[in-house]
Amino acid sequence: MAMFDDAFDPGSRLTRCSCGKHASQTAHDAEAAGQRASAAADEDSRYGRIIDQAVMRALFPDDTTRRNFLKTVGASTALAAVSQFFPLAAAKEAFAAGTIGPLEKKDVKIGFIPITCATPIIMAQPMGFYSKYGLNAEVIKTAGWAIIRDKAMNKEYDAAHMLSPMPLAISLGVGSNPVPWTMPAIENINGQAITLAMKHKDRRDPKDWKGFKLAVPFDYSMHNYLLRYFLAEHGIDPDKDVQIRAVPPPEMVANLRADNIDGFLAPDPVNQRAVYDGVGFIHILSKEIWDGHPCCAFSASREFVTQNPNTFQALLRSIVDATAYATKAENRKEIAAAIAPANYLNQPVTVVEQVLTGTFADGLGNIRKVPDRIGFEPFPWQSMAVWILTQMRRWGQLKEDINYGSVATQVYLAVDANRAMREAGLTPPNESFKKHVIMGKEFDPGKPREYIDSFAIKRS
Amino acid sequence: MISSLRLRAAIVSVALLAGFLLLWHLGTQGTAPTANLDPEYARLMGATAVEGKSAFPGPAEVLGKFWWHLSHAFYDNGPNDKGLGIQLIFSLARVLGGFGLAVAVALPLGFLIGMSPLMHRALDPFFQVLKPISPLAWMPLALYTIKDSATSAIFVIFICSLWPMLLNTAFGVAAVRKEWLNVARTLEVGPFRKAFRVILPAAAPTILTGMRISIGIAWLVIVAAEMLVGGTGIGYFVWNEWNNLSITNVINAILVIGLVGMVLDLILARLVKLVTYPE
Ligand SMILES: [Zn+2]
Ligand SMILES: [Zn+2]
Repeated sequence: MAMFDDAFDPGSRLTRCSCGKHASQTAHDAEAAGQRASAAADEDSRYGRIIDQAVMRALFPDDTTRRNFLKTVGASTALAAVSQFFPLAAAKEAFAAGTIGPLEKKDVKIGFIPITCATPIIMAQPMGFYSKYGLNAEVIKTAGWAIIRDKAMNKEYDAAHMLSPMPLAISLGVGSNPVPWTMPAIENINGQAITLAMKHKDRRDPKDWKGFKLAVPFDYSMHNYLLRYFLAEHGIDPDKDVQIRAVPPPEMVANLRADNIDGFLAPDPVNQRAVYDGVGFIHILSKEIWDGHPCCAFSASREFVTQNPNTFQALLRSIVDATAYATKAENRKEIAAAIAPANYLNQPVTVVEQVLTGTFADGLGNIRKVPDRIGFEPFPWQSMAVWILTQMRRWGQLKEDINYGSVATQVYLAVDANRAMREAGLTPPNESFKKHVIMGKEFDPGKPREYIDSFAIKRS
Repeated sequence: MISSLRLRAAIVSVALLAGFLLLWHLGTQGTAPTANLDPEYARLMGATAVEGKSAFPGPAEVLGKFWWHLSHAFYDNGPNDKGLGIQLIFSLARVLGGFGLAVAVALPLGFLIGMSPLMHRALDPFFQVLKPISPLAWMPLALYTIKDSATSAIFVIFICSLWPMLLNTAFGVAAVRKEWLNVARTLEVGPFRKAFRVILPAAAPTILTGMRISIGIAWLVIVAAEMLVGGTGIGYFVWNEWNNLSITNVINAILVIGLVGMVLDLILARLVKLVTYPE
């Protein structure tokens, strides 16, 4: 849980957890539980740590250097030293709950798609995270991603749950009119899976999947890019050897049952629902493709952010609080019960619970225990945006090279930290870029074109 | 003789229904429970996978749920979960809104076209192009230009109920017998009086038949439109239950959609009868 770690602890890594264990409370409790419990219990210290991290990232972009520095001088000395250059106290104060100005708008509408990725956005309503900040929020279930995009662009929604590539696509005008869009927070990491029809239970090697008809929820989705990446790494050309089509999630299970498709890379609870109904099995979790990949996002138009700064701050804090609550394993059952009813996900509670707790039936008769099957972390790594943009280019959605880094910076706001710091007169950190490892292959966000060129299977 | 025919027809209807229900019941019996399943694992799985329950619900389940919906028609659990009665009110309001607008446009325009051969010829090519467009094809365009999903749904209803009414009105007006118009001319009846006292009564059956076709189409289209834009309405209800793969609730919604459609049609049929006089 990089987001809520203590930046002044030499043992904590400011990068996202590559082993994934920091999201796993049961497996990893000894070192992490203490920190996390106190961080989530005490909001001031939680916001404080976000600021600390942002400052430390700015000072020491490299994790190893930072750890060495802290080890050498000691955490308290480091804190004192850093405070001399950065008014940390002021920054923390600005971000603390009391400093949100009068809300420009109390009644807000937030659109969501009924999938577990939207957990923080949804649960914040029944569990009172919005009302805590004086917001009267309505969360509106929406039929599909194109509709949620259109309703958000039409201002019927003040903020919306989107797939993390969508704000990039909207800002670039790919698949819609260009409108400056922002993505201040990721909602969830991991939490997707490849599910195959039961008849393929003995065809587990992707090399045998030629001729498969596979479904993804939307063209501009992590699902599409992860599936294409996964197939291509196994030598399957996603455009020539298989058929990939966009299918709305509820229809995926029905189509799997009807034998119209062979499988899908889908958000949950769709995968678990296919298992629950006995029509498919979980081939691989998305965290086994890229551990810590972003999926869905909390997004709003730049116009909304600038015209309603206080409302936006209140919304963002509600989401960050809900996210922090959702990171704790012991809360996951309660959350599952809160978001399963017809007003929200409209799914059997046990299906939602299996997704959130990570103790689940795989459809082949085994019970798997993967506590970090889905994780909730709000920090919008801009390097992840660059990765998404390279895949848009790789598969021809983007017709020409762009300035990947600058688009990523404009859309993926590291607002939670940056905005509060700007208000306190600080220089916000730019260091929200880092290297990622996907299926063992390193991605350097500083070299997007070289990265695209390094793939054998591509459209550009 | 007639009453015995009616009686026999009723008996055949009931027998057909009973046969259908029996076949439905037998067809959804399911299979034997899965053998040797670890109870821990079974707890995580659904009834279809564990007990061999049919994925398609039987008639008893559907009718039981139907009763539940009737007795809980107006519950409100928040913006995304409301009773069938409330959803029907939303859908009917949209249909009547779009339909009312269409009446307001189709009647005057239909009169104009029916009474003026020139306008008829001039506007005909436009109608020929616009009429066959699927109403739902207007939806993205409406969302894009109107920028409001509720209004867009009403617009789609408007556009789909416009054509049958417009064409029937024009046809009905043009078909008013020449003798009646001649009589009106001899008696020096003014143009408005002529329109309301002579043409309207004569063309009313045709006009109302157009309306009857329109309301049928509008009711079909609203379900599809609401499935697309979501939010509220019977179409949203179908989508939300489809999302939960609840075939039971989807069948229930289909039943309700059918019943309401039938009632709308009956009302218009009664109106047609009211204005039809034997010549
Ligand atoms: Zn770790
Ligand atoms: Zn997602």
